[in-house]
Amino acid sequence: MSETHDHAHDHDHPTHTHDGKPIQEDPLPSLDAQVLEASVRELLIEKGVISADDVRRAIDMVESRNPALGAKIVARAWEDPEFKELLMSDSDEALMAFGIDMRPTELCVVENTDEVHNMVVCTLCSCYPRPVLGIPPAWYKRRDYRSRAVREPRAVLQEFGTTIPDQKQVRVHDSNADLRYLVLPQRPAGTEGWDQERLARLVTRDSMIGVSDALPATEVDD
Amino acid sequence: MEPRFQPGDRVQVLHRDQPGHVRTPMYVRGKTGVIERIVGSFPNPELLAVGHSGLPYKMLYRVNFRQGELWDDYEGPTDDTLEIEIYEHWLAPA
Repeated sequence: MSETHDHAHDHDHPTHTHDGKPIQEDPLPSLDAQVLEASVRELLIEKGVISADDVRRAIDMVESRNPALGAKIVARAWEDPEFKELLMSDSDEALMAFGIDMRPTELCVVENTDEVHNMVVCTLCSCYPRPVLGIPPAWYKRRDYRSRAVREPRAVLQEFGTTIPDQKQVRVHDSNADLRYLVLPQRPAGTEGWDQERLARLVTRDSMIGVSDALPATEVDD
Repeated sequence: MEPRFQPGDRVQVLHRDQPGHVRTPMYVRGKTGVIERIVGSFPNPELLAVGHSGLPYKMLYRVNFRQGELWDDYEGPTDDTLEIEIYEHWLAPA
């Protein structure tokens, strides 16, 4: 059997309690599933439908994406109102400037404001804007997050250390079909005059999923 | 292809007794929300999942729901909402 690919890239969210509520953890991929994956892959290669090189290139491509790309996009949107306008109205066009092609899906950017805090989940599976953010973190894929984010988003946000005041609306986006979502976090105070490179350092992966805000200006020295 | 619904329309998600691959989660079935936008038309994922072409295309909408409408015991403020994509054949005017 050819080498299995190790998917341990993402770091786990620190453990948190569930107040005694029963949460069914996802089982690890069964041996059957691993054998099935390898069998299908090897058969496809053997029949010339794809090549081993295709597989390797696809894995490299997925692995080459990381949240720094999303952070660049957010920083540019903060700093360049025309770009932000384009990003919100025609994301395909805006992403071309970054060499990103989301097709056949489409990127929907949801902006955090003083009135609304956005949060993204895929209850059905783990849809995530991979071309922009890379591979999702392990917690995003687990049933715990996927079932609770739609039902009790504020409790989940608390567990990530994020408190949204009652006057602000929490809006959950279930990414269940053809759109993929990127949260545009609010630009932190005290960042006037910062260049995009410095601004990007405040934009965390978690802030683009919507479980936390961008880092405060004090987190980045210069 | 003309969309049946427009942004602002109130719609109800149907209870369809449909086996196989569907993208309408149980928690929105029977619930009433508002069309937030027309996303566009796409091949039908319910058919794509079983190797069909997915034609004819189906119209997809983003629907906004109040969380209080979705969950009897929702604990947050009444303004909290949820937005999700629903295909036209799962919607009826409310």
